[in-house]
Amino acid sequence: MEKKLFEFKTKTIVATGLGAALFTLLFMYVKIPTGIPETDIQTAYGIGAFFAALFGPIAGGLIAFIGHALSDSIQYGSAWWSWVIASGLSCFLIGFVYPKMRVEEGVFGKKDIIRFNVYQIVANAISWAVVAPILDIVVYAEPVNLVFTQGIVATIMNAISAGVIGSVLLVLYSKTRSKKGSLSKES
Amino acid sequence: MKAKLFDYIDRDNFIFNLSGLTKLVCFICMTFSVMFSYDIRYILLVMLLSLIFFKMSGLQFKQIKLMTIYVIIFLAMNFFLTYLFSPQYGIEIYGTNHELFRFSGRYTVTLEQLLYQVTKITKYASVVPMGMIFLLTTNPSEFAASLNRVGINYKGAYALSLTLRYFPDMIRDYQDIALAQQSRGLDLSKKEKLGVRVKNIMNICVPLIFSTLDRIELISNAMELRGFGKHKKRTWYVAKPLKKGDWFSMLFGAVVLAGSLALTIFVNGSRFWNPFV
Repeated sequence: MEKKLFEFKTKTIVATGLGAALFTLLFMYVKIPTGIPETDIQTAYGIGAFFAALFGPIAGGLIAFIGHALSDSIQYGSAWWSWVIASGLSCFLIGFVYPKMRVEEGVFGKKDIIRFNVYQIVANAISWAVVAPILDIVVYAEPVNLVFTQGIVATIMNAISAGVIGSVLLVLYSKTRSKKGSLSKES
Repeated sequence: MKAKLFDYIDRDNFIFNLSGLTKLVCFICMTFSVMFSYDIRYILLVMLLSLIFFKMSGLQFKQIKLMTIYVIIFLAMNFFLTYLFSPQYGIEIYGTNHELFRFSGRYTVTLEQLLYQVTKITKYASVVPMGMIFLLTTNPSEFAASLNRVGINYKGAYALSLTLRYFPDMIRDYQDIALAQQSRGLDLSKKEKLGVRVKNIMNICVPLIFSTLDRIELISNAMELRGFGKHKKRTWYVAKPLKKGDWFSMLFGAVVLAGSLALTIFVNGSRFWNPFV
């Protein structure tokens, strides 16, 4: 079946809803400390990338946007909007890999891993090293060198999370799916 | 780790009885008015207002104690980092230099920097009570209905209501899996090496994610069978009709926002209030 980039069918809606709940949960509770203070690897971005690759840019973008806004609101009472938007954007951009993927048919080879990671790194770099700092400056008038430093750290951390966790999940998921034409007729 | 999200207990007072739409509009108006302005006088006014609303809503402090602690840590961190990275940013903004005391050339404390950083803290702190009021006094299902009313596609609104519905379930699943894995000897604490810990965390996440994928299949099938998404519109069971109090509150929110914009454009001439010139 042909996959459209921006389709929004019932399954996309449900995936968005549940994915966002998962994202919120992981964002709040499941962080991997790296040893450097305030720079935990957020496992949530791995899930965001995984869902974006499976369900497309709209689901991916909404999952990260809702998930980040919700977990910020629960923890801090209000959201840091510039980063929430950057979150949404990063997973939205990763979603552009969606029409080229055939994970649900059990296909996720080396080529796909490389393709997914190229998309993922570009998306993270655009969102975290460019968009998030600029929004911080425009919206919150934060100091320039602080936000760009934070942006670059965030890019690296989120690319690691999306790259490692996202790829591992996609490989595992593809293995649970039966390949197309994997059945042969007994003679 | 408990599901504190939307710890919603119905009450009968003015704030609770407002429709979700009203609260959303007021929240957005007040957040934006503070986000935009760097005038500490106006921010303190909004802060006072949001504290009054908090009192009116009858929420207890213990409901928000944990949030408050997080906010204070976050603000302290931000305060410290801003000073570390840009100790002279205030001078750049306000264009004057009032030294208070110096201990090294770069980290001279100036009145401008102090004003900038204190303003920033009040800016973030002032909307926190509003956010908490919004989260704790709005019925989650009604919230989705009100998003739909402000023009967001009902499919998007429905996705959000699914999120709110399944979040507590997911926390429960996560705890079950985590406990089961830990009882098998999986160590998540700092005693374990980083690589092993990552692997152990994955051992908890993978079953959770895969059961979520199954659930997505199940729910989307159920919804499709019931004809979800067939029509362009949808009615909401919990949507409340707007009353006089709602219109009044929304008007009030709009006035607060307009006040912030007017102050910026006509009185200060920029986003910053500059007492130094």
